[in-house]
Amino acid sequence: MTDKPLISIQAVSHTFHTDSGPLPVLNSLDLSVHKHQFTAVVGPSGCGKSTLTRLIAGLMKPDEGEVWLHGERVVSPRATVGMAFQNPVLLEWRSILKNVMLPLEIVAGNMPKRERESRARYLLKLVGLEGFEDKRPSELSGGMRQRASLCRALVHKPDVLILDEPFGALDAFTREDLWQTMHTLREQEPFTALLITHDLRESIFLADEVVVMSGRPANAQYVLPVHMPGKRTLEDLYTPEATAMLATLRQQIQIAQGRS
Amino acid sequence: MHMRQILIPLSAIALFLAGWELLVWVNQWPNYKMASPSDLWPAFWKFKELFWTYGWQTLWRTVAGLMLAIVFGTLIGMIMGFSRTMRDALYPLLVGFNAIPKATVVPIIALIFIGQNNLNTILMAFMISFFPIAVSVSVGLSTLEPEYRDILRSLGASRFMIFRKIALPKTLPEFFGALKVAVTLAFIGTNLVEIIEPHGQGLGHLFDSARINSDYPLMFAVLIALAFMGILLYYVVVALEKIFAGWAERAPT
Repeated sequence: MTDKPLISIQAVSHTFHTDSGPLPVLNSLDLSVHKHQFTAVVGPSGCGKSTLTRLIAGLMKPDEGEVWLHGERVVSPRATVGMAFQNPVLLEWRSILKNVMLPLEIVAGNMPKRERESRARYLLKLVGLEGFEDKRPSELSGGMRQRASLCRALVHKPDVLILDEPFGALDAFTREDLWQTMHTLREQEPFTALLITHDLRESIFLADEVVVMSGRPANAQYVLPVHMPGKRTLEDLYTPEATAMLATLRQQIQIAQGRS
Repeated sequence: MHMRQILIPLSAIALFLAGWELLVWVNQWPNYKMASPSDLWPAFWKFKELFWTYGWQTLWRTVAGLMLAIVFGTLIGMIMGFSRTMRDALYPLLVGFNAIPKATVVPIIALIFIGQNNLNTILMAFMISFFPIAVSVSVGLSTLEPEYRDILRSLGASRFMIFRKIALPKTLPEFFGALKVAVTLAFIGTNLVEIIEPHGQGLGHLFDSARINSDYPLMFAVLIALAFMGILLYYVVVALEKIFAGWAERAPT
C-alpha cells in the first residue's frame, strides 16, 4: 500500500471546554486508512473515539492538525460519508425502505425514484431484510433495525463508512450475526471503514488493522495488523493466532488505562 | 372495533348523566341549587335559536384564536427549540405571562381595542392557549437526539432540510398532545370575554343573561353546550392527529 491513504489524520489535537474546565481529548493523533481497508479503533472509555468519528465526518473541526479525505482537507460535512451509530436512529414515521432511501433524497436529488428504491431494496435483501421493506422500525427487532441502519449508511455508496459502536447494544448472538453480515456487505459493496468498538473480538474479526488509542488525551498507541486469510468464520476467533492477537490488544488496553 | 370506539365513550357519558340525575333526585335539590339533566333539554329547546347563533359565535372565535395560537406558538416554539439563548431568554417571560390570571387581562384588552369585540375575544382565546403549543414544540425540537441531526448533517443537508425531514415530523406527536390541551383552554378564553365583557355575543353572554334572570337550568344547558363543542373540537384534533402523526400510535399489545 504505497498509494496515498483515503483517510489521513495528521497531528490532530482537540480540547473540549466544559463547565469544569478544559478537557483535552485528542493529543497529536496520527491515523491513516487506505482505500478498501477496514480499520477498527479500540481504547478506554472516554478517550475521544466518538470525537474522532465526528472529525472525519466533518461535523467538527479540530483545534490543531488536519483531517484529509480523498486528498481533500475536511472542513465541513461531505456527502461521501456514511454513518451508523449504536442507536440505529431510524425515523419512526417512515417505512424501513423509506428510511434506507433517506440519504439519497439529500445527496442524489435528481436520481429517479425507481432507481433509489431498487438500490435500497437491493441492500435490504443483502442484509436479510427482504419482506420487511414496508414495516415500521418499531415492528422490527434491535438487530434488524441495526441492519436497516447499515443499509442507510451504505445506500449512497459513500467513500467512507464510519461505524460508532453499531453493535454495542445488541445481544451476543445477534452481534455475531451482524459481524457476518458486515463481511457479506463488504464482499458485495467494497468500502473503506472505520469502526469504533469496545469489543476486541469484534475488532479482529472485522478489521484489517486494529488501532489502540491511549488514555485521554489520546493518540494512536499501538497498531495491530490482523492476518486472517480467506473468508473469516467465527471459528477463526478461537485459533492460537487469534488468541495471541486478543492477548496483545488486552495488554495494550491495560497500558492505555494506566494499569500495567 | 369502530363500534367499540363509539359505544364506550357514549356509555360513559350516559352513565355520568344518570349519576348526576340520581344525585339531584336523592338529595331533592331544587333546581336553583343544582339543575338535573332532565331539566336541561327543555331549557335548551326553548332557546334553541339562541343556542345556534351564540354557539356559532363562540365556536368560530375560539377556532380563530386557536389558529393564531398554533401559528404563533409554533413560531415561538421553533425559536426556543433551536436556540439555547432564546430559550433561556423567553422561558421566564412566557411562564410569567401564563401565570397572570387571564380574567384580569380582559379589561385591559377591552380598553386597548374598544368595541372590537370579535378581536378581543379571539385575542383572549389565543393568549390563553398558545403556551402549551410553544412549550411542546420547543421541547420536541430541543430534545432531538444529536444522532438524528448528525445522520443528515454528515451528508451536507441544510438546516431547513433537517427541520423538514426530521425535526418537524418528530415533533408532531408532542404538538398534537399540546393542541388537545389548547383546544379546551381556548374555549375558556373565549368565554372569559363573553362573560366578563358581554357584548351580546356568544354562549358566555347567554350564560350571563341566564344568571341575571336566575334561569338555572339554562345556565347548566349553556355549560353542557360548551362541553359538547369542546368535545367536538377535541375529536377534530384527534382526527388530524391520526392523519399526520398516526405512526406514533403503537399497535395494542
